[in-house]
Amino acid sequence: MARFGQREGAEGAAGESRKARGSGRGGRDRPSRGPGGALGWPSGNLAFLLFSLVALTVPLYLTNSYYLSILAFFAIRLMPTIGLNLLLGQAGQISLGHAAFIGLGAYGSAVLTTRWGLDPWPAMFLAAVLSALVAVVIGVPALRLEGHYLAMATLGFGEIVLILLIQLKGLTGGTDGVVGIPPLTLGGWSLTDPRLFHVVVWSAALIMLRMALNLPRTRTGRALIALHRTEIAAASLGIDVAFHKLQVFVVSAVFASIAGSFLAHYVMFISPEGFGVTLSVLLVAGAVIGGLGSVWGAVWGAGLMVLLPEVLARYNEDYTLLAFGLLVIVVMIFLPEGLAGAPARLLGLRRTPHIVGSRTQAEPVEERGSECRS
Amino acid sequence: MPVLRVEGVTRRFGGVTAVKEVSFQVHEAQIKAVIGPNGAGKTTLFNLVSAIDRPDEGRVLFRNPLRSGDAQIDLARTSPHQASRAGIGRTFQHSQIFEALSVLDNVKVGRHAHGRAGLLSAFLTLPRQRREEAEAEEAARQALQRAGLGDRAETEADSLPLGERHLLEIARALATEPGLLLLDEPAAGLNNEETERLAETVRRIRDDGVTVLLVEHDMGFVMEVSDEVVVLDYGEKIAEGSPLMIRSNPEVIRAYLGEDYLAEEVPR
Amino acid sequence: MSLQEFLQFVFAGITSGSVYALTALGFTLIYNATGIINFAQGEFVMLGGLAAVSLHSGGAPLALAAIGAVAAVTVVGLLFELLAIRPLLNASVLAQIIVTVGASLALRTAAMLIWGREAMALPAFTERAPLSVLGATVVAQTVWVLGVTALIVIALQVFYRRTMLGKAVRACAVNPMAARLLGIPYGRVVLLTFGASAAVAAAGGVLITPISFMSYSSGALLGLKGFAAAILGGLGSPAGAVAGGLALGLLESLSVGLLPWSGTSGYKDAIAFLILLLVLFARPQGLLGQRTAQKV
Repeated sequence: MARFGQREGAEGAAGESRKARGSGRGGRDRPSRGPGGALGWPSGNLAFLLFSLVALTVPLYLTNSYYLSILAFFAIRLMPTIGLNLLLGQAGQISLGHAAFIGLGAYGSAVLTTRWGLDPWPAMFLAAVLSALVAVVIGVPALRLEGHYLAMATLGFGEIVLILLIQLKGLTGGTDGVVGIPPLTLGGWSLTDPRLFHVVVWSAALIMLRMALNLPRTRTGRALIALHRTEIAAASLGIDVAFHKLQVFVVSAVFASIAGSFLAHYVMFISPEGFGVTLSVLLVAGAVIGGLGSVWGAVWGAGLMVLLPEVLARYNEDYTLLAFGLLVIVVMIFLPEGLAGAPARLLGLRRTPHIVGSRTQAEPVEERGSECRS
Repeated sequence: MPVLRVEGVTRRFGGVTAVKEVSFQVHEAQIKAVIGPNGAGKTTLFNLVSAIDRPDEGRVLFRNPLRSGDAQIDLARTSPHQASRAGIGRTFQHSQIFEALSVLDNVKVGRHAHGRAGLLSAFLTLPRQRREEAEAEEAARQALQRAGLGDRAETEADSLPLGERHLLEIARALATEPGLLLLDEPAAGLNNEETERLAETVRRIRDDGVTVLLVEHDMGFVMEVSDEVVVLDYGEKIAEGSPLMIRSNPEVIRAYLGEDYLAEEVPR
Repeated sequence: MSLQEFLQFVFAGITSGSVYALTALGFTLIYNATGIINFAQGEFVMLGGLAAVSLHSGGAPLALAAIGAVAAVTVVGLLFELLAIRPLLNASVLAQIIVTVGASLALRTAAMLIWGREAMALPAFTERAPLSVLGATVVAQTVWVLGVTALIVIALQVFYRRTMLGKAVRACAVNPMAARLLGIPYGRVVLLTFGASAAVAAAGGVLITPISFMSYSSGALLGLKGFAAAILGGLGSPAGAVAGGLALGLLESLSVGLLPWSGTSGYKDAIAFLILLLVLFARPQGLLGQRTAQKV
């Protein structure tokens, strides 16, 4: 870390040229900025390396299989949360149906391995391809819709998938679910050993995290940020808005699907009720609470989703959902940058209001509100 | 051959005819202004030319003079991002900068169509991604220079004053390498000093060979920079000609400028 | 299918359709005043039903339990507006969606903690023998549902068309700027709207609970169907909301009865969502709504 002032430059490849230039901080009156800026973490590559190192070496000094299972669920939750962080935070598109993609991944893996005898890894791959196709079919018409309508359409889509999972009994086992899903294997090793599974599932999650961290300072990442702010201006700069929205929607669906496959092979039993609207909403809540301004927010959100039930379990596990519902409201009102933005806020390095909380998105609504208010 | 040919364009919203049978041409390396009172149909016309909206009748033909190989296209059959890729850049009446990005990154967005690195390159930081990123940065800095914002590259976009926000939108549009630049009320809300700086910039861009079509209320600015002026009133073209001719056109004075023109200031 | 069976499905359809209509009306009221779609709308319906069950089993006469439940949910609606909506009235659409989604999660879970997971029911409002209409049976509760729904619709019409406050709310929806110049207190208008919307939704919940069971998780489904009804009738139109609700109820009921593949009624809910998606994708302004010029 040669220059402290270049922290944000270390964010990814895009920062390299800036670093080389050594351009000063002229006019920069706040520290790290932009949705890729990892506020709340020692930013960029270093943060990622440290985080990866810790995440992957945990099994060396943690042998308690219960704690390891919590960390495995952390990784499995992290994957769809990263996808939603990109979809919601960068592209500004909401999905209240992402549990359906986790369900498609889980059932895809389960059905392909138990009914058709495929190996787990190809099953995971095929399930992800299926999820991507479904995401295209639903995304093409749905992503033309704005805000509320998109939210409702994805909510309806999620319900339909859930109904199909329950009703297509011949394939999915109905409400009984699918049992006897084989575990993943790697080079002849069965990943039933929690430490081995930990390393594999965290490697997958870290790859997704790294890819997402790379995105903001690239052509595609900037296009997403641009169309989030204003689709018309983005289009007037040559950005194919529909294509870019669809692309990130499909990516988030694939991340969710892979998480579902990992889940299926890990717990070896799945049933439909876990893949309903509550999970979809919980994922969005987690992404928001974690913070949409930075990809690291997904880590905070997923971590909270996994750890909060452990803390609250002594009362009643259901309090977790209540807490998430209330937290999301509190965060939206008081901490729009989410947990990832909290340290900066506490240090007085307040960034501009986060994109989700900003008024620029909704000029008509703003006019309605401010002008009618007496 | 003109850069832009607006031919008998009509656009209706419900029962209102916002633009009615308007025809005019814009020639290469010319600054042309569209003026008219509020509600005259200027912004509607702009949206038709940038393919954000489509005319009910007529054609909007565009040929990019900076790319001699390009054929003439009908903007009425084009989507906005295709129009941009064909060589039409535009700014907006209400600032549409990307506040979440730095000035430089704002302009890099304008390089979008010149890059090809996709999501996979971005995710994996492939060599192509690095190469294109460097190219985009170079071109973006040049565009900032052309718009007179060269020293503001590292600033956060949302900390720019209004005058420079307008210049940033111009730089962003220039980064797309347009043959025709559309400026929607670029001088709105600017003070005298900022307006002067804007006029210089627009003239310099024209001298670089970029054709400019602008909508503006500030008569002083229009008269100063324009080579030709089109006057709209209630969606219809009532006059067209050099600023000098427009100044003395009795119909324009009656319909639009009125007494205020004598005071050199038109109320908004 | 005999006429008798057909009528049976029709009556079932307009009964559930009435509740969809009330839910859709709740959406419409808030949308018209604020431009917000309240994703917690269905939870108000659920809370209405469950609160009435609790009050009734706590000893209150049915009528009092019904009124008390509606009043309680109205208070919830008012608090919701003050605590969650008011601070974000000027925020982005996305922020508003997220907040109401969060509220729906919180309300649903709170209901589960209070009432548990079991589905509950109210007794019918009146102990009368079912009527027979052309051979089809109509239980007395159906008459109650239709009657009260009609009363609410009429009352809302009178309120919005005849009273000063109602006109103020409409003015805010039509032209916020002019409304402000006339000195209409927007904050109070929004507060009132959320109260009214919660009350209407809760009334729907109370009405339907004697016919179909209510549990903490019923709200999400009812909310989504209510929105489907609102969108079917053209979002923003109160008359459209009612028509959309009835149409959705009928479509749902008749498709279960008529279509050969739907012998498994498990797909019944999917029909409403399929209709929702089809309308959203093909004609987002609703079947009954007018095509308006898109403003750039």
